[in-house]
Amino acid sequence: MIRYTLKRFLSLCISLAVASLLIFFVIEIAPGDPASFMLGINAQPDTVATLRAELGLDIPKLERYLAWTQGMLTGDFGMSYTYRTPVSQMVADRLWVSLPLALFALALSTLIALPAGIYSAARRGQTGDIAVMSATQLGVAIPNFWFAMMLVLIFAIKLRWFAGGGFAGWDKGLGAVMWSLTLPAISLALPQAAILARVMRSALLDVMNEDFMRTARAKGLTTTQTLWKHGLRNALIPVLTIIGLQFSFLLAGGIIIEQVFYLPGLGRLVFQAISARDLIVVESVVMLLVFAVIVVNFAVDLAYAAVDPRLRART
Amino acid sequence: MKHFVSRLALASALSVAGFAAHAANTDITVAMQLEPPHLDPTSAAAGAIDSVLYSNVFEGLTRFMGDGSVVAGLAKSWDISDDGLVYTFILHDNVLFHDGSTMDAEDVQFSLNRARADDSTNAQKALFAGITDVSALDAATVVVTLDAPNGNFLFNLAWGDAIIVAPESIDGIKQAPIGTGAFKFANWVQGDKIELTRNDAYWGTPAVLENVTFKFISDPTAAFASVMAEDVDAFVGFPAPENLPQFEADPRFQVLVGSTEGETILSTNNKMPPFDNVKVREALAHAIDRQAIVDGAMFGYGTPIGTHFAPHNPAYVDLTGSSAYDPELAKKLLAEAGFADGFETTLHLPPPSYARRGGEIIAAQLAQVGIKVQITNVEWAQWLETVFRGKDFGLTIVSHTEPMDIGIYANPEYYFQYDNPAFQELMTNLNATTDPEARTALMGDAQRMISSDFVNGYLFQLAQLSVAKAGVQGLWTNAPTQATDLTAVSWAD
Repeated sequence: MIRYTLKRFLSLCISLAVASLLIFFVIEIAPGDPASFMLGINAQPDTVATLRAELGLDIPKLERYLAWTQGMLTGDFGMSYTYRTPVSQMVADRLWVSLPLALFALALSTLIALPAGIYSAARRGQTGDIAVMSATQLGVAIPNFWFAMMLVLIFAIKLRWFAGGGFAGWDKGLGAVMWSLTLPAISLALPQAAILARVMRSALLDVMNEDFMRTARAKGLTTTQTLWKHGLRNALIPVLTIIGLQFSFLLAGGIIIEQVFYLPGLGRLVFQAISARDLIVVESVVMLLVFAVIVVNFAVDLAYAAVDPRLRART
Repeated sequence: MKHFVSRLALASALSVAGFAAHAANTDITVAMQLEPPHLDPTSAAAGAIDSVLYSNVFEGLTRFMGDGSVVAGLAKSWDISDDGLVYTFILHDNVLFHDGSTMDAEDVQFSLNRARADDSTNAQKALFAGITDVSALDAATVVVTLDAPNGNFLFNLAWGDAIIVAPESIDGIKQAPIGTGAFKFANWVQGDKIELTRNDAYWGTPAVLENVTFKFISDPTAAFASVMAEDVDAFVGFPAPENLPQFEADPRFQVLVGSTEGETILSTNNKMPPFDNVKVREALAHAIDRQAIVDGAMFGYGTPIGTHFAPHNPAYVDLTGSSAYDPELAKKLLAEAGFADGFETTLHLPPPSYARRGGEIIAAQLAQVGIKVQITNVEWAQWLETVFRGKDFGLTIVSHTEPMDIGIYANPEYYFQYDNPAFQELMTNLNATTDPEARTALMGDAQRMISSDFVNGYLFQLAQLSVAKAGVQGLWTNAPTQATDLTAVSWAD
């Protein structure tokens, strides 16, 4: 188990290093000067030059890359060009919106998908299964931003149960925050739940033909009980993989949902930073998201070992 | 469970509604598309900074009003010497900055010198270029000396880039602006909102509103939702014009359609063949149907223009007739210029919808006369690099939003590269003239000159579209400068 963990940790570090190199140099190649953008078309060339020097854009790329990576190891992600505040502070503020949203959506998605998948697998081929599978087909096909707009139209504009968007702010308490994140979380969760339900169902169907399942049935358990008690544990590996991927998607992919609901999250920050050529913010946030994905994958790898004793024994 | 949820929903809806009704009389939530990158109007070009802070938090020696006039601001009165070189400003006394310190002549001296310094990062440094000296005679008198008479000087001092700041608070200005205005900066939740509160120690007429919240919503659908769901009280610069008829028909809302200082033009690279031939540029002008562009790209909002000047300005001359839509004439002119079979060129389009949608329509109109246009969609940063600095383009569409900016045609280095010594001389004369009638005459001549030279394709003046709840009074309809002046805004009872 120790060796397994150590090997995974080493690959995590190498992935991060390679990612940082790629991210930095690819983003730096993009055309467009942050100082010009900030000062606009009436600015005089000497003003732009002064600003470039102030922002440190004249320092050679390699030097800036090394300063950036060194800073990251200590938690210092540099100073945003446009906002002139530390990037780490900006990211932390936005994470307080994006992280709860991602977790909320993940929880909703899992809570919907697991029972749906089990229900479907238990009634394979029958009406219940077909109904659920058609619903998931629809869920996979519907774009989440369209679904979001429909939710806003019905629940915010017509029924006035929710605000049309916006984040309540943590100072208003957990309840208010969760309420303002409900519509965004649902629009993110439903399409993901559809995918997860299908994966759950097929994983369970694979497991259903195993001998131990037949033994359980022979002992007197119903199909559904067998699936919950014995099938689920064994079908977890593909499901865990998908959940890990979904979390990464929810964290970064919430960008469109954040636009639709005007939430001050990480996705919107990256979107604005790209237009403004705020390279440091873009690089740091992308790096952070890569880090989150890699760490989640690492956690999922460890979870495999926890769920499947065969992996533990082998290594 | 269902019962509980609907009860809970009803309770929260009622409490929210109750809260909103109570707070409506002294509080307002104003939404706009773009968020300011920081809160210092004197070191960035982003209009969003002025939209939040101009006249609300910061003030200058002079000030723009909603009708475009320039009135006294922090300067109570002024005296101009006979040769036009020395301006003596008398400041209001008992003016305090929001941190309690006094605003006096030394602060004015500091602000103007900071703007014109060699290492200044002021985006409109040219406004201060003619100043040779700023002196504080006493606490309430400032003397500014110019190197040449400038008829625009008082107008220039009203710009957001010329607001008065204090040396004591200058270091934190980007995150915590300290000004002299009727509102104080309270809080900024980045990405979400900016809050202002009334300045009870204001030197002039106090504001009626007590708490102001600016929210930033860039998505057009979200903008519609926020107004329709009554989450915001006003939306200034509403990005979804197709929804305006719905708001007009709804008694809960009012729609304000005004004009801006944004001349939307089809910029033409005057030094790139075949556009260096005035006949080709004339052909271009006649190939364009302005009203079709306004209807198709702007949903009918926008006033066609025939030159680079704002139609709401009293000195405006209507020259749309000399570049009327006439495709046959355009083809004839192209043939005379030697392009009977037309030619190919590029059209760079920045992100705004007036460019992206307008560009498609113009491309189709130009194709009718044989000009094949290759469209390239670019972001602002790319546009600045390729078109504006690199001058590597044939045609582009952009809206010039600075007020009274016809002077850009006197700069041969400016991106469309129009080099006419007669026009440059005209501009020098205009800048030196202070007599209003003489200025109007010269401005007329300037407009006629750039129209008859067909320097650019003059399309239309950008409209200012705002939606607000019916009870909001005092919002500006026009936008003579980027600003959301809330000092005279109140709720009707």
